[in-house]
Amino acid sequence: MISIQSVTKSFGAGERRTLALDAVSLEVAQGEIYGVVGQSGAGKSTLIRAVNLLERPDTGTITVDGRELTALGPNDLRVARQGIGMIFQHFNLLTSRTVQGNVELALEVIGVETRERKRRAADILDLVGLGAKANAYPSQLSGGQKQRVGIARALAGRPGVLLSDEATSALDPETTRSILELLKNLNEELGLTVLLITHEMDVVKTVCDSAALLEHGRIIENGKLVDVISTPGSRMARDLFPLGSFVPRPDVTVIDITFSGGSADRPVIAQLARDHAIDVSILGAAIETIAGNQAGRTRLELPGTATVNAAAIADLRAQGLLVEIVGGVAA
Amino acid sequence: MIDSSSPTFWSDLFEVLLEATGQTLYMVFAALFFTILIGLPLGILLVGTEKGGLFEKFFGSRAAGRVINRVLDFIVNLGRSVPFIILMIAIIPFTRLLVGTFIGSTAAIVPLSLVAIPFFARMVEISIKEVDSGLTEAAHSLGASRWHIVSKVLVPEALPGMLLGLATTVTSIINFSAMVGTVAGGGLGDVAFRYGYQRYSTIHMVAVIIIIFIIVMILQSIATHFAKKYARTSRGMDNIDAADREIARATAARP
Repeated sequence: MISIQSVTKSFGAGERRTLALDAVSLEVAQGEIYGVVGQSGAGKSTLIRAVNLLERPDTGTITVDGRELTALGPNDLRVARQGIGMIFQHFNLLTSRTVQGNVELALEVIGVETRERKRRAADILDLVGLGAKANAYPSQLSGGQKQRVGIARALAGRPGVLLSDEATSALDPETTRSILELLKNLNEELGLTVLLITHEMDVVKTVCDSAALLEHGRIIENGKLVDVISTPGSRMARDLFPLGSFVPRPDVTVIDITFSGGSADRPVIAQLARDHAIDVSILGAAIETIAGNQAGRTRLELPGTATVNAAAIADLRAQGLLVEIVGGVAA
Repeated sequence: MIDSSSPTFWSDLFEVLLEATGQTLYMVFAALFFTILIGLPLGILLVGTEKGGLFEKFFGSRAAGRVINRVLDFIVNLGRSVPFIILMIAIIPFTRLLVGTFIGSTAAIVPLSLVAIPFFARMVEISIKEVDSGLTEAAHSLGASRWHIVSKVLVPEALPGMLLGLATTVTSIINFSAMVGTVAGGGLGDVAFRYGYQRYSTIHMVAVIIIIFIIVMILQSIATHFAKKYARTSRGMDNIDAADREIARATAARP
């Protein structure tokens, strides 16, 4: 649905030239929620603004719904943008218009006639749960309500794609959850493809099917979350299951076991202790529902070096579990 | 010297003041009309042709946009820095060309508009710059045309600030309209000059001052009322304060 091909964007010139995006390529499939995570300054915002060409890339191509946006002239681009909704961190609602008026703006732009416009705006406001606030002004709304208006406005023109530029970053955790829930519902009900950027791994964990990690304008890793979590050494997987830190000691082995799918139900640790007569200590554990599947990661401490525990580790791997030795001497 | 004990004094005073007030209002509103008509697009163009503006690439050319921006900026600065009395005399040939004469209230509309247009254009520029760039961006993301962005986003959002700018502009038009009286433009300034100054009638002078004060007060409060009405947020009120400060500065800078 969205195809970003080796997009490069730099700002400034000469010595102060900074590379915001460095040959970034990304594919977002129809109907999925794709999250791009990264710290501030990683280039996330530039990336999402490049998708609807609010920021024109220096090189590379952007294709949305089969149309190559980077090849379009100003007028065709304008029309193409009508098929791409966007929501913003600071909502960007018109203060001079009511909630209804803000949503209608999107329809005025595409030339929907008055009566039809009013009806469609009312419908979409009902869909986002703000039907009762149609005549309020944005200044009378809470942050979460403002973002719902933003979503309604973005979707009024019935776009196939929604871009979300840190849409929940200005909201408190509870409101964030309700907005993410709304996005997820819209994704399922309307078959909406969503590309979102965020600095919060929680957002990715809650709604995304796929994700990419962006750092210094480069994509470090990306893929479907179910695949990412079972990738050895994955930075995103580590961020998805924060286990904290530990003090390495020479006489013990510390391993991280990632459970996903069916293995999450089996008594792996009890079995390990029994079969190999090992006094297993659990240093940390995290269980999450990721992309609709139960998945978890447990950090275990096994007495003795990795060589001593080689048989036990091999046994775990034989069960199809992802085992990473994070402390002690590698076998 | 006017004889204030004459039986027709008060009715004469009334007649004179009524006619002069009519002339002043005519000059002021006509000038205000042209000021909005020309100053508003000029202000929008001033912001738009800046780097990163809506009309950055004028007819596809940044060079054209830059030239237009420089030229407009120069004209606005020139218009604002020439003292009115000099401007008024300097453009007499132009006024004559446009109206056929340079005497009377109708002719006075030309210099009054010319002095107010650059002033108001700056006010419009300031107000539009105060509009959050995120709103323009959101409109772009909806696929809005530049005309829609100007008419549906920038102007409505900048309206409170522009109305205050308009209040200040109308005050200065009234101010200058009095000066026009000294060169046979008619109006309340003319009364103050011919009766109050040349014929030592304090009553005429005081009456003129009161009438002008009332006109300014009424127009000022109408504009402020609507500015507040259209400022929907606390941020909007900040805009008003910010615009007020800018206006105060711009007005103070006027020679």
